[in-house]
Amino acid sequence: MDVILKYMRPVAVIGIGKTAFGAFPDRDLRSLAVEAIRHAMDDTVIAPLEVQAFYLGNFAGPSFVGQNHLAPYVGTAAGFEAIPCTRIEDACASSGSAFFHAWQSVAAGIYDVVAVAGVEKMTSQTTPRVTEILAGAGDMSGEGRAGATFPALFAMIARRHMYQYGTTREHLAAVAVKNHANGAKNPLAHMRKVITLEQAMAGKPISDPLTVYDCSLISDGAAAVILVPLDQAKRYTSRFARVLAVAQTSDHVALDTKKDITEFPAVRSAGEKAYQMAGLRPGEIDFAELHDCFTIAEIVASEDLGFVEKGQGGPFAAGGCSAIGGPKPINTSGGLKSKGHPVGATGVGQICDIVMQLRGDAGERQVARHRIGLAQNLGGSGATCVVTILEGAQ
Amino acid sequence: MNPDRDGTVYTETIVYSPPEQYAADAPYQIAIIDLSNGERVTVRVLGKNADERVYIGDRVTFVEDKNGVAYYKRAD
Repeated sequence: MDVILKYMRPVAVIGIGKTAFGAFPDRDLRSLAVEAIRHAMDDTVIAPLEVQAFYLGNFAGPSFVGQNHLAPYVGTAAGFEAIPCTRIEDACASSGSAFFHAWQSVAAGIYDVVAVAGVEKMTSQTTPRVTEILAGAGDMSGEGRAGATFPALFAMIARRHMYQYGTTREHLAAVAVKNHANGAKNPLAHMRKVITLEQAMAGKPISDPLTVYDCSLISDGAAAVILVPLDQAKRYTSRFARVLAVAQTSDHVALDTKKDITEFPAVRSAGEKAYQMAGLRPGEIDFAELHDCFTIAEIVASEDLGFVEKGQGGPFAAGGCSAIGGPKPINTSGGLKSKGHPVGATGVGQICDIVMQLRGDAGERQVARHRIGLAQNLGGSGATCVVTILEGAQ
Repeated sequence: MNPDRDGTVYTETIVYSPPEQYAADAPYQIAIIDLSNGERVTVRVLGKNADERVYIGDRVTFVEDKNGVAYYKRAD
């Protein structure tokens, strides 16, 4: 690792672009992706013909909208000509993984200008069909066949976390209340609605103990960023963000292969590698976007990334520590819970949200300390994790 | 019945929002159980009534394999 890193160039994010996340019956997958890419290119004044490679994160376009071969399908529509266009699929970490691979290609000196996007178009299918497609990110030969949905897998994690650490329904609900409060102030969020603790507790049961308010949203949307070597970033913009670290790790797909399901080894290892690469400790991260596909996932991630002691993620959230005004703001965008979770777009979307905070552009959601932000993107029930640490231009 | 396949509930949930293929079964309970041989598997738990559901630490008995799914019930 150290030997290889010695030869890598520092990389910067110079442009970010997002569509709104939501249910858009009149929009197709390609138009969403192209809109996000255009926003990212306009953000930094890059022309399509300057882009030398394109990576696209997408989980299940073939199942959701019946379209395969998505990278050139999107890339040509964005104006890219005769460059490598590659789709990456790692479940809900698809575009975090696309970002990791794009970063590698710039850091290794292969390309100077790379575009990365993530997109998902989910709302054209019924909820039972979406549930079935998402279940494919688990092990369909075992847990999937037994009837485990994704909410069910995370419900079983929540049950065990409650049993081992005394985490309560109120702790889970507190994460939803916080993220909805943040998302209500985000103009691009899917569900801009403040909810109360009572509402969250009394939500319709999805998979016991998780209610509808513990689950992220089924959304359409896209996000994109442009990467260049750090020493070229100033040519394009003064509003770049330096990539201090990106780490991607993996683990078994099936939840029942884990010894202790209250923690994700892939999140721990990706976090440790990223902290090592950045030369930072968890306490030096000013704010974070964590992968709250379910409320319990934010609690577990806050522990696995060292923001709080193991088992204390529930009281940490319920005590306001991760609120916008708290010592470690988490999911100031509203998170997957309120902002929405178009699964393939989520990883790059998180990076866009981090860069907005680093630039001081987050409006009424702006955090006070915004020099260093961390994004954590999870695939499946912990089989893929990508952790990215970014620093704002001084 | 196969006592070698009996086990203890490690975690469980009741699924109210099923995938398309199991829509007719919902709500249903699934559990990750620890078998006596140390194996850990995901199974379906039979029964829809409150007194039939299982919780962490409960002993469960193997009932049958059907369409590749192992069905269990609470041990008496």
